[in-house]
Amino acid sequence: MDLNEFINYTGEWLKGKGAHSEIVMSSRVRLARNLKDKPFPNKAKKSELNEILATIEDAVRNIDYFKDALILKMNELDNVDKQFLIERHLMSHEHATNPEGKGLVVSKEEDLSLMINEEDHIRLQVMHSGLNLTGSWEIATSIDNALSEKLSFAYGLEWGYLTACPTNTGTALRGSVMLHLPALVMTKQINKVLAAVAKLSFASRGFYGEGTQASGNFYQISNQLSMGQSEEEVLQNINGLIKQIIEQEEQARQALLLQNKPMLEDKVFRSYGVLKSAHIITSQETVEHLSMVRLGIDLSIVKEVDRKSINELFITIQPAHLQKIEGKKLTSTERDTIRANVIRKKLGGF
Amino acid sequence: MKCDLCDKKATVHLTEIVDEQITEMHLCEDCAREKSVQMEQQFGLADLLAGLSDFGKHVKEVEKVKLKCPNCGLTYDDFRKFGRLGCSQCYEAFKAHLSTLLKKIHGSNQHVGKTPSKMPTAEKKKIEDLQELKKQMVQAIQMEDFEKAARLRDKIRELEKDQYGP
Repeated sequence: MDLNEFINYTGEWLKGKGAHSEIVMSSRVRLARNLKDKPFPNKAKKSELNEILATIEDAVRNIDYFKDALILKMNELDNVDKQFLIERHLMSHEHATNPEGKGLVVSKEEDLSLMINEEDHIRLQVMHSGLNLTGSWEIATSIDNALSEKLSFAYGLEWGYLTACPTNTGTALRGSVMLHLPALVMTKQINKVLAAVAKLSFASRGFYGEGTQASGNFYQISNQLSMGQSEEEVLQNINGLIKQIIEQEEQARQALLLQNKPMLEDKVFRSYGVLKSAHIITSQETVEHLSMVRLGIDLSIVKEVDRKSINELFITIQPAHLQKIEGKKLTSTERDTIRANVIRKKLGGF
Repeated sequence: MKCDLCDKKATVHLTEIVDEQITEMHLCEDCAREKSVQMEQQFGLADLLAGLSDFGKHVKEVEKVKLKCPNCGLTYDDFRKFGRLGCSQCYEAFKAHLSTLLKKIHGSNQHVGKTPSKMPTAEKKKIEDLQELKKQMVQAIQMEDFEKAARLRDKIRELEKDQYGP
């Protein structure tokens, strides 16, 4: 399997299926682990990083889940490759910097990824479409068990799994759910919801990861706490919170339909029209219109496109993806034209 | 008190320390939210939280702690600056400070959750021994056999001391 083949496939988490997939884009579980006798990546020497990388790669190769996985070394990738992986949510921005001794393992379906020597020696990510934290957790914990048969993890009875940052110590688990909440934004209730999320010690981020602002009405909600609760409790709590937010969004959508259906239809079809007709379009504008069309699909206003195609576009309209599609470097102005082409082709536009 | 950025009432008070330069900020809720988004991009929200709870508040009274991890050489000062520990033994070296910090971050400093499914036998035995000793100590206290409890406590300390060791 070659990195360039990914462009022809859709990651499992983008398929737009699973529970509550009209509002929940994807669920993700992340586990951090460190080897017991090695310094954490930020303190490790180059030789130690390479040793750690080799040890973990070896362990991964012997795990069934990663049978067909792609194993990459960061220092062998160019900038577009790295950006491409970030855009596909398979690794973090941080992982792309200082590539020496860093590795990435990605399963063919893109539901599993494992960063080696990011902030911790191991960052395992399991991602599925729809609301499915339990499903993701079951796979994550079973991979973790398989790894711990081969590797000795930094672990203490009192504080659990020891991580480079104390905000992860304990379970070292982060569960997150990506939600599409256009109606809560349109009815101006979103800030109330986010304030409640923060009050309950959960974090919210944008679609494009840590430090990004919400765009396309996507919000990623995750737990902040990793000590004092078991993994199951943490995930149950997120699940409970997410279900309440889903309910609020559903109510807001119904309210919009009841109060002003023509206005909503107008907004959706204008967005659809722009996407099908534009010849030059920025990513920010694209994301806003895609969000409206996605809402239109959920409310059966738009019938001739499916959710999966729209989900895919959120990923493929990004800079590195466009450059992979074209097979060459593109300036930002060139990208705006290529982006419009890609969208029109996908949506059968003019 | 008025917000530093607009005329509304300041309800959020921030102390920012950059290279030992202390700046104080007083903000209203709206400006604070905006500011926190900016800061989040610099540090990550988690660091910000940790910063607010431990590093900022007491900085004036806490004299410089000259703690250093014997294994990786990280000083506690460096940890405070960058927010990252250097190795698993840092947890032992900075135990007292981390215990407080973890409690502030997570509201608890006791791990509840899974254990590695396969640990080297010696290590697993040590963890089981510790659990057993703690149980016995609680029993001894209940029986008011404080001499025995003290002996058990010392034994537990001894075992816990190299819990994070090689």
